[in-house]
Amino acid sequence: MTGWEVLLDKAVWLTAQLAAVTTLCLLVIATPIAWWLSRGRSLFKDVIAAIVALPIVLPPTVLGFYLLVALGPNSPLMVLLQPFGVRTLAFSFTGLVIGSIIYSLPFAVQPIRNAFEAMGKRPLEAAAMLGASPLDRFFTVALPLARRGFITAALLVFAHTVGEFGVVLMIGGAIPGKTQVISIRIFELVEQLDYTSAHRLAGGLMVFAFVVLLALLMIDRSQGRKVDA
Amino acid sequence: MIDVRLHGARGAFVLNAVFSVPADGITVVRGSSGSGKTSLLRAIAGLEHMIGHVRINSEPWQDGKVFVPPHRRHAGYVFQEASLFAHLDVRGNLDYARKRAPASADFDGVVADLDIARLLDRSVHDLSGGERQRVAVARALMATPKLLLMDEPLSSLDRAARDGILPLIRRLGQKLPVLYVTHDPTEAKALADRVLRMDNGQVTPENLSNGLEGLSQVEIERLALAALRSGLSPRPE
Repeated sequence: MTGWEVLLDKAVWLTAQLAAVTTLCLLVIATPIAWWLSRGRSLFKDVIAAIVALPIVLPPTVLGFYLLVALGPNSPLMVLLQPFGVRTLAFSFTGLVIGSIIYSLPFAVQPIRNAFEAMGKRPLEAAAMLGASPLDRFFTVALPLARRGFITAALLVFAHTVGEFGVVLMIGGAIPGKTQVISIRIFELVEQLDYTSAHRLAGGLMVFAFVVLLALLMIDRSQGRKVDA
Repeated sequence: MIDVRLHGARGAFVLNAVFSVPADGITVVRGSSGSGKTSLLRAIAGLEHMIGHVRINSEPWQDGKVFVPPHRRHAGYVFQEASLFAHLDVRGNLDYARKRAPASADFDGVVADLDIARLLDRSVHDLSGGERQRVAVARALMATPKLLLMDEPLSSLDRAARDGILPLIRRLGQKLPVLYVTHDPTEAKALADRVLRMDNGQVTPENLSNGLEGLSQVEIERLALAALRSGLSPRPE
């Protein structure tokens, strides 16, 4: 494989697609959860926060196993979807997206929640006193002020999805072009003793991970400089 | 009239405020820190929920089951810290208020009154403390409020900045009713048309030597007229 062939490799393309779709879905899903968790505390909220954080501590194979059961044929969830002509989501791209969303949920919720908590309630109160309704002040004050939290969440989710292995292997199998992502492709290349190709993909991932982490650190630094107005 | 009867508890602290003052000029609420001044102001704004009523010129903001949410009260609020929106520049902050105002504000007039024309295109991060508070007052005015609530707006400023803003606030009192909270006797003296004292959550009108110092010009004239009509001496008991 030459450099261009690496870029055009089906696994690379599929991984990028999966990470992009997962990131977009998660930003939408995580925002209301993060907002709700950031407003006050209660036992119920702690329980939900713990459930959201579960994927951090669970082995990906455990998560993948339950997802495989939930998305497989005749599971209660799939029975609900049968009238729409869906029998199973296991070993499909949609299944991978669902798995990735759950797997990366804490990495999206936490930075956004931190950003909402860091701004405090004062800017929202100021906006209320200027005549902004709750929805209005969420979109015109809370979201823009939490911008860095969203960027951090997007970077973390994208990178985390690119790096996942256990969950995608369990619910996706390794169907080339359909569910075979980079991390699994590398595993197979090594099994076939094709070290040269494995090196190219693995090296690419190393560079990618380094760039993402560097970007996160730089965002963190500029956040530290921010003055309270 | 600004007609307030509010009762609320925050832990061991109990606030009990019953007062009625004319809706004109500057009413200063004076008290030491921890006396409940800020809670009172927040409850009048609707940012905190207490039991009782708040009526501004007989329009109920809170009364029994009625509780008008803060964004529909059209009260201006100037916080102790300017609390400008960090994601907008100075003009953006003013426009945020202007776009949502029930009436159209006199933009140039307010900008001139607070002397912030040269700050309009600046980032809010590049303002001094005094400049920030002037922008915060201007932003509150752009919302064309019926009542301006000010919570120790000068307490974090140095003397020079404070002396620069005091006359501007003094002039505001001639345009709209202001409820001004402070612990500073000098500020109270410089601004007040009348003074309410707050002690341990209780509000009382401040007793001053001749009984007239806490009253506005209009009230003094009204008292004097009434006294003259009934043939009494113009000094109330």
